[in-house]
Amino acid sequence: MPVPVSDLMLAAPQWFVLIMTCVTLLVSLWSGKKASPWTYGLSQVTLLGAVVITALMYDQPRTVAFYGNMIFDKISALLTIFVCVITAFVLLYSRDYLKQHKMAYTEYHVLTLFSALGMMVLVSSYSFISLYVGLELFTLPLYALIALRRDAAVFAEASMKYFVMGAMASGMLLYGLSMLYGATGTVDIPSIASAIVGLPQGQHLIIVFGLVFVLAGIAFKLGAVPFHMWVPDVYDGSPNTVTLMIATGPKIAAFGLVVRLLAEALPDVHVAWQHGLILIAVLSIVLGNIVAIVQTNIKRMLAYSSIAHMGYMLLGIIAGTASGYSASMFYTLIYAIMSLAAFGLVSMLSRDGVDIQRIEDLRGLNARNPWLAFMMLLVMFSMAGVPPLAGFMAKIAVLEAVISVGQVWLAVVALLFAIVGAYYYLRVVKVMYFDEPIKKTDIELPSMDMRVAMTINGLSVLILGMFPAVLMGLCRAAF
Amino acid sequence: MTDVIHNLTIAIVFAPLLGCLLTGLWCRIMPTRMAHAITIGLMSLSFLLSVYVAKLVLFDGGASNSNLYTWLISGSFQFHVGFLVDQLTALMMVTVNFVSLAVHIYSVGYMEEDKGQVRFFSYISGFTFAMLMLVTANNFFQLFFGWEGVGLVSYLLIGFWFNRPAANFGGLKAFLVNRVGDFGFILAIAAVLNYFGTLDYVPVFSQMPQFAASNPTMSIVSGTSSSVVSVISILLLIGAMGKSAQVPLHVWLPESMEGPTPISALIHAATMVTAGIFMICRMSPIFEYSATALSLVLVIGATGALFTGFLAVVQHDIKRVVAYSTLSQLGYMMAALGASAYAAGMFHLITHAAFKALLFLAAGSVIVAMHHEQDMRQMGGLRKYMPITYLTFFIGALSLAAIPPFSGFFSKDGIIEAIHAATIPGAGYAYICVLIGSFVTALYIFRALFLTFHGEERMDQHVREHLHETKAVITGPLLALAVPSIILGGLMIRAMLYPTDFSLLGHSITVLPQHDVLRITAEEFHGVWQMVLHSVTTLPFWFALSGIAVAWICYGRFTTLPVWMARRFSWIYRVLVMKYGFDDFNQLVFVRGGRRLARWMYEVTDRELIDDTLVNGSGRAIEWLSLTLRRLQTGYLYHYAFAMILGLVVFLIWVIF
Repeated sequence: MPVPVSDLMLAAPQWFVLIMTCVTLLVSLWSGKKASPWTYGLSQVTLLGAVVITALMYDQPRTVAFYGNMIFDKISALLTIFVCVITAFVLLYSRDYLKQHKMAYTEYHVLTLFSALGMMVLVSSYSFISLYVGLELFTLPLYALIALRRDAAVFAEASMKYFVMGAMASGMLLYGLSMLYGATGTVDIPSIASAIVGLPQGQHLIIVFGLVFVLAGIAFKLGAVPFHMWVPDVYDGSPNTVTLMIATGPKIAAFGLVVRLLAEALPDVHVAWQHGLILIAVLSIVLGNIVAIVQTNIKRMLAYSSIAHMGYMLLGIIAGTASGYSASMFYTLIYAIMSLAAFGLVSMLSRDGVDIQRIEDLRGLNARNPWLAFMMLLVMFSMAGVPPLAGFMAKIAVLEAVISVGQVWLAVVALLFAIVGAYYYLRVVKVMYFDEPIKKTDIELPSMDMRVAMTINGLSVLILGMFPAVLMGLCRAAF
Repeated sequence: MTDVIHNLTIAIVFAPLLGCLLTGLWCRIMPTRMAHAITIGLMSLSFLLSVYVAKLVLFDGGASNSNLYTWLISGSFQFHVGFLVDQLTALMMVTVNFVSLAVHIYSVGYMEEDKGQVRFFSYISGFTFAMLMLVTANNFFQLFFGWEGVGLVSYLLIGFWFNRPAANFGGLKAFLVNRVGDFGFILAIAAVLNYFGTLDYVPVFSQMPQFAASNPTMSIVSGTSSSVVSVISILLLIGAMGKSAQVPLHVWLPESMEGPTPISALIHAATMVTAGIFMICRMSPIFEYSATALSLVLVIGATGALFTGFLAVVQHDIKRVVAYSTLSQLGYMMAALGASAYAAGMFHLITHAAFKALLFLAAGSVIVAMHHEQDMRQMGGLRKYMPITYLTFFIGALSLAAIPPFSGFFSKDGIIEAIHAATIPGAGYAYICVLIGSFVTALYIFRALFLTFHGEERMDQHVREHLHETKAVITGPLLALAVPSIILGGLMIRAMLYPTDFSLLGHSITVLPQHDVLRITAEEFHGVWQMVLHSVTTLPFWFALSGIAVAWICYGRFTTLPVWMARRFSWIYRVLVMKYGFDDFNQLVFVRGGRRLARWMYEVTDRELIDDTLVNGSGRAIEWLSLTLRRLQTGYLYHYAFAMILGLVVFLIWVIF
C-alpha cells in the first residue's frame, strides 16, 4: 500500500529522531574516542530538533495517518514534547556520571534515544499494533541500559528481573489485546470503541476479561500495586543515570498508554476499568507511602514514592471525565519534572566514585552546597504536596476530579496518605538542613550548563506551582 | 459640615497610626530625634484637628455618622469601619489627644537614656490610634477592635522593659485579667447581634425603647429566665470592669505600674482605664432600661471607690499610691454612671484625666530626680530641691482631694450629690461609701505629699548631692497639666452637669426621666462661686479637710503615730497590706489551680492520650505496617512473578464479580 506524503510529514518528529539516532551512532563510531563530544552534541540536537518540529506542528488539526495506525493530536504533541525535553535533561545530567563511572558512552546515548523514539511512537499510536511496537521499542533499550555497567552483579540482576517481569507483563498485555481483538475483530482503537457499543450483552464478559489483562499490563508499566515489585529493585539496582531515565520519560509514555487504551479504546466499559483502577490506585497510594517510610536508601525511597504518585495520577483517570484526564496529564508531567530533578540531583551528587545511595549521604548538604540543597528542598516539598509548589496544584487537580464524580472517600484516603507521605519527604529536608555533614568540604560543582539546567528544573517546580495556568491550559486543550 | 467632620476624623484617627507604623517598622535604624519629630508632629496634628472638630461639634452643633468602608459581609451581617462623631466623642477625642500629646513630649525627657525609645514612641502612638478608634466607633465591632487594641498595646507597654521579670509579670497579669472582662464584652456583642441583627449603634439604640417595652427574656440556665436587656448590660459591665479596673477585676492596675511612668499616666490614668466609663456612657440607651444593671454598676463603683482608697494609705511606692487612687476615682465615675449621672461620670473622667496625669507625671519627675527610686521611705524634704514639681504635685493633690475651687471639687461634688439624690436600690450604701471615700482620698494623697516633699531627708548622701529640678521637657507638661487641674472644673460644670441653654454633651447620652438625678441636683446649683462658698456647709468638704488634717498629724507632725497605729491595729494593717487577699486568692485559685489543671491536661490528655496514643500510636502503627510490608519485597524473581499472577487472579475476581 502506498503511503501518502502527508502521512510521512505527520510523523516528522519520529523520522527525525530515527535518522538522527543512526547518524549519532555512525559519527560516534568514526570519531574513535570513547566519550566523543559529538555523541552528546548530536543527541541533544536530535531531541531539541524533535521538540522544535513538534512545536511547529502543534496547531495542526487532529489527523489519523498510516491507515489508522498513527494519530497526531494535542495529546501526542504535548507528550512528545515533554518526552524529548525530559530526555534531553536526562542526557545532560548523565554526562559527567557516565564519564566518571566509565560507562559505555555512545551506547548509553543511542539506547536512550531509541527508547525515547519508542515513547514517541507509543504516545501517537492509534492501533494495537503500533501501540505494542512503541511499547517494546521503549522498554527493550531500558533492559540493555540497566546492564550497561558490567562492573557489578547488581546491575545484571536488576536487568534480569526487569526483563523477565517485563516479558510477563507484555505477555499479559498482549493476551488482553488479543481478547479484545477476538471480541471486536479489529485492532484500530476507534473501531474497537464503536464495535463495543454495538456488542450484544453476552459478549461483554470477554471484553472485561481482556480488560483485566490489559489493566495488569498498564499497571506494570506504571509501576502500580500489585505489579510494582520490579520498581524498587530496578530503581535501586540500576546505575543512577539509568534510574533517572527509567523514572521520568517512561511515566509519560505509560500515561499515553493509559489514555489510548482505556479512555479512547474502551470508554464504554468505563465502569469496569474504573472499578479495577480504584483498587490499583488505593493500593498504590497506601503501600507506596507506607513502605517508603522505612527506606534508608534514597533511590528505593523515591521508587516507593513513584508508586504512590502513580496511584495519585490514576485518580484523574478514574474520574473518567475530560477534566479528570487533563488533571492526570498535568500530574504526570509535573511528576516527571519533579522526579527528573530528584534523580538528577542524586546522579549529579554522585561524583568522584561516590555513589549517593543512602539518605544519610545527603547529610548537611545545605552546609556544603546551599543552592543544590534548596533545589532538593523545593522538589521534596513539591512531592509532598506543599503549596505553592507544583506538586500541590497537581494533587488539587486530581482530587478535584475524583470529588466531582462523587468519589469523596477516595479523595479522603488519598489525602490521609499524602500526610503519611510528607514524613519521608520532610526527612530528606531535615537530613539536608539540620544534620551535621559527614564531610565538611564543599562539593565540587558540576559544569555550568548542568548547574543552570538544575536551577531551571528546580525553579520550574516553584513557578509551575505559582502559575499553573499555562500548562494546565495545555492539558485541558488536549482533551 | 458633616463631611468636614468625617474627613477630619479620619485624619485624627489615622495620624497616630501613621506615626506608629513609620517608627515601628524602622525602629532599629531610625534615629531617636527623628522618631520624636514624627510621632510628636503627627500627634500635634491629631490634637489640633480634634480641637477643631470639638469646636465644630460642641459649639456649632455639627455631627457625623458615616462608614468609611465595609470590612466584611457575612451573610446578612455587615461589618463596617465607620465614625460616629457627637459631643461625647468630641470630648473624648480632645481628652485623649491632649493627654497623649503631653505624654509624648514628657517621654522625650523621661525616656532619654533608654535604648528602645523608638519602639516606645511607636507603641504610644499606636495606643493613641487604638483609643481613638474606640471612641470614634459607630458600631460595636469597631469598638471591640479599639478595645482589644488598647489592651494589646498596654500589655506591650507595661512589659516594655522586658528583661525585668516584674514587668513581664505585670504585663501578663494585665492582659489576662482584661481577657476576663473582654470575654463578657464579646458575649454582650454577640447578644446584641443576635437580638438586633446589626452592630451599628444607631439602629440598635433606636430599637431599644420598643425592645425593652416588649420585655424579652432569655434562659441562661435552663428553668430560669432573665431579662435580655439586663443580661446584655451586665455583660457590657463585665467588659467595663476589666478595662476600667473595677472590683474584683482591679488587680491588674497596681501591677501595671512596672511600666515606664509616662505609660502609667497615659494608660492607667487618663485614657485606657476610662474606656469602660466611656463605653457605659455610650451604651446609656441600653443601661437605662435595666434597673438591675444600674444598681450593680452603682454598688460595684462605690465599693471600689472606698475600699481601694484604703489600700493607697498603706503603700510605700509613690506610683502605687497614685495607682490605687486611680482605682478609687474610677470607682467614683462608675458609681456616678450607676446613678444615671452619666454626665457627672464623664465630667469626672475629664478632670481626673488632667489632675491624675499631672500627679503621675509629677511622681515620674520625682522618680527621675531620685534616680528611679520609688519608695517614699527613701524620700522626704524634696520641696526645696524641686519647687516646680512640688507645686504641681500639690495642685494635683488638692484637685484630687476635691478642695474647692480646684477641678476635682466640682466633678466629685457633682457625683456625690447625684448619688445622694438617687433612689435606686443600693444608693444609700453608695452614698456612705463615696462620702467616707472623700476623707480617705485626701488622707492618702496628702500622706504621699508629706512623705515625699516634707519632713526629714531620708535619701542617701549620693542621691542627695545630685538632686535638682528636672528638665523643662518634663516640667513643661507638668505646668501645662496644672492649668486644667485648677480651672477646668469651674469652667465646665454648668455646661456639663446643669445645662440651661448650652450643653456640652447634648443628646449623646440617654437618661430616662425617672432616673434623671442631675435634674434634681440642678435645682441646688446657683453658679460656680455660689457652689464654692456653699461647699463649707457640706459634708464632703469637711471629710476631705479632715483627711488632710489627719495626714498632716500622722505624716507631717507626729511621724511615729502611723508606726504605733500599724502595731496597735495590726490586723487591719495586715488586711490592707494584703490588699484584702484578692491577689493571694487569684494566685492560689486561678493561677495555681489553672496551672495544675493545665499540667493535668498536658500530662494526661495531651501527652498520654493525644501524643502517645493517637499521634505516636498512629506513627508506630504505620511504622510497624511499613516494616511488615517491606518483607514482601524479597528480592526473589519467582516471588515477584508469583505475586503478579496472584494479583491478576485477584483482579479478575474483583473486576468481573
